[in-house]
Amino acid sequence: MSDWTRKTAAELADALAAGETTSVEITQAHLDRIAAVDGAVHAFLHVDAEGALAQAAESDARRAAGTLLSVLDGVPIAVKDVLATNGLPTTCGSKILEGWVPPYDATVVRRLREAGLPILGKTNMDEFAMGSSTEHSAYGATHNPWDLDRIPGGSGGGSAAAVAAFEAPLALGTDTGGSIRQPGAVTGTVGHKPTYGGVSRYGLVALANSLDQVGPVTRTVLDSALLHEVIGGHDPLDSTSIDQPLPPLVDAAKQGADGDLTGVRIGVITELAGDGWQPGVMTRFQESVDLMVAAGAEVVEVSCPSFVHALATYYLILPAEASSNLAKFDAMRYGLRVWPEEGASAEEVMRATRDAGFGDEVKRRIILGTYALSSGYYDAYYGQAQKVRTLIARDFEAAFEKADVLVSPTAPTTAFKLGEKLDDPIAMYLNDLATIPANLAGVPGISVPSGLADEDGLPAGVQILAPALADDRCYRVGAALEAALLKQWGAPLLDKAPALEGPSA
Amino acid sequence: MPEITRDEVAHLANLARIDLSDAELDHLAPQLSVILESVASISGVAGDDVPPTSHALPLTNVFREDVVVPGLTPEQALSGAPEVEEQRFSVPRILGEEA
Repeated sequence: MSDWTRKTAAELADALAAGETTSVEITQAHLDRIAAVDGAVHAFLHVDAEGALAQAAESDARRAAGTLLSVLDGVPIAVKDVLATNGLPTTCGSKILEGWVPPYDATVVRRLREAGLPILGKTNMDEFAMGSSTEHSAYGATHNPWDLDRIPGGSGGGSAAAVAAFEAPLALGTDTGGSIRQPGAVTGTVGHKPTYGGVSRYGLVALANSLDQVGPVTRTVLDSALLHEVIGGHDPLDSTSIDQPLPPLVDAAKQGADGDLTGVRIGVITELAGDGWQPGVMTRFQESVDLMVAAGAEVVEVSCPSFVHALATYYLILPAEASSNLAKFDAMRYGLRVWPEEGASAEEVMRATRDAGFGDEVKRRIILGTYALSSGYYDAYYGQAQKVRTLIARDFEAAFEKADVLVSPTAPTTAFKLGEKLDDPIAMYLNDLATIPANLAGVPGISVPSGLADEDGLPAGVQILAPALADDRCYRVGAALEAALLKQWGAPLLDKAPALEGPSA
Repeated sequence: MPEITRDEVAHLANLARIDLSDAELDHLAPQLSVILESVASISGVAGDDVPPTSHALPLTNVFREDVVVPGLTPEQALSGAPEVEEQRFSVPRILGEEA
C-alpha cells in the first residue's frame, strides 16, 4: 500500500481521480501521521479528526455521484490559526483568544470548503503572527522537522512544519513580512505570498492590514499554484480585494516545469547579500541562479538602494497598524476577561485582561506602535516610514523595468536554535530582511528550496519576486528552478529530512 | 532620537490599556529603546517631496450594492461573549470610582 502522506497534492488528486484511493483513506493517513509525529513537532494547535473524516466521506460520496467541486476535492489541508474557522477554535497563538470558536468562516476557509478540501486542523504560529520562529506562541513553540532543536521559522512555522513533516499535503499561511516565505526556506518547503489584494483577507485576524496576505504553503510549486487558484480572486467582503481574475497560475507552474527560461530576465538584488548572510545560504543561492541561466534566463544585477531602510520602515508601520488592530481585544464581546478585583471598572478589567492575555512580543509591538502614532512623534516616525515605503515601491518599479523577476535568498540564515534569539528582538527581526520589501510594496513572492547549506546541512530557500498581479511569473520561474534542482538532486529535498517517529512507508 | 524611558513606557502602556508590572517594565523598557534606536535610521531618508504610501493599492471608494445580506444571528454574535444577560453583552461598570 502507498504511503499517501509522501505524495504531493497533485499526485493525491490524480490518485483520487484514478480510483486508487479514497479521501477517507488519505485523510486518515494524515491523521495517523499527525498522531505519530506531532508530539515532537507540535505543528498543530487543534486537530479535527472527526470533522476532517466526515468531510472526506462527503468528498468520496461526491466522487461516486460525479459531482466533484474542484480538482483538489478530497485532498486534506491544514489551516493557520489566524484564520477564522466556523466551529473550530481560532486562537492566533494567543491566550487572549483561548477557546474562542468563531461563528463564521474566513473567505479563504469558505473557499476550501466549497472546493471540498477536508480541514485537518489549525496550525501553530507566533502570537498574532508577530515573530519569525513560532516561539512567541502562547501554546509552545513548533519544532523544525529537520532538527527538533531548531525553529521552523515564523510566524507560520506550524503550517510549514506540518507540510515538511508530511502531516498535511497542503496548508494555508499568512505573510505580513515573510511569515509564509521564511518558514518555507528554513523547512525546505514552498510558500507563496500573493500580490496584495489577490487573496481575500476577510476573516483573517489582522496583524497589519496594509501588509497581510493569505497564501499557500506546500511541498511543490505546482501544489501552491493549485491551492492559490482555489483561495484567490475577488471577494466583495474585503474592500482591498482586487476586482479582476487571477492570472493562470497552474498553467504557469506547468509551463515552468518544462524547464525552459529562455528570454526571462532575472534580476539579482545587490542589497540583499553581504555581511550577515550565511555562506552556505549564499552558495546555494548562486547555484540556483546558475541553474536558471543554464535554463536560458538572462541575469542582470539590480540595485534597490532603499531596501536597506525596509526593516526600519516595517517596524514602524507594522506596530502602528497592529496597536490599532489589537485594540479590539478589550474583554467585552469575546475572548478572555480577567477581573483584577470584584467590582472593577471596564477599564480596569481591560488593562488586567490585556496584561494577562498578551505575550511579551505583542506588548512590545503595541507599545512601539502607540509611541510611533503619538502626537509629536507621528511625523518623525510613522509619516517618515510611509514616505520610505514610497521609495521602496519606486525601487521595485525601476528594478522591474530591467528584469521580469527579482531573486534573492529568502532568509539570511538557516534555522537557528530554539531560544537563541527569543529575547533579542532585533536579532529576531533581521530574519525578515529579504522578505519585508515585497510586503511594503504589495508585490508577490515565492520561496523555493535551494538545497542544504554546507556548514549545517539545513535547508535554505530562494525567493522569486514579481510585479504586482504577475504572480504567474513566480510560479513559472519557481517551477523551472524546482525542476532543475530536482534533476540535480535525483529526489525531493525533503527525502533527506529525518524520518521522525512515524508509520514507515 | 530620544531614548525611551521607563516612565514613558509606563505612560504608553497606560494609553494602550495594558497593566504592566514593575518587572515587565524593567524588562521591556530597555528593549524598546534598542528597537527605537534601530528604526531611527530612517529619519531624514525621504525628503518633503516624497508622497507617503499608506497602502500598496491605490484604491478609493469601494462601493457595493445596497442590498440586505445575511448576518450573524444574536446567538452567534453572543457565542464568544465572556458574559451574556438577556441576549446582550454583559460588561463591567463603565465609570470608575471617582466619577
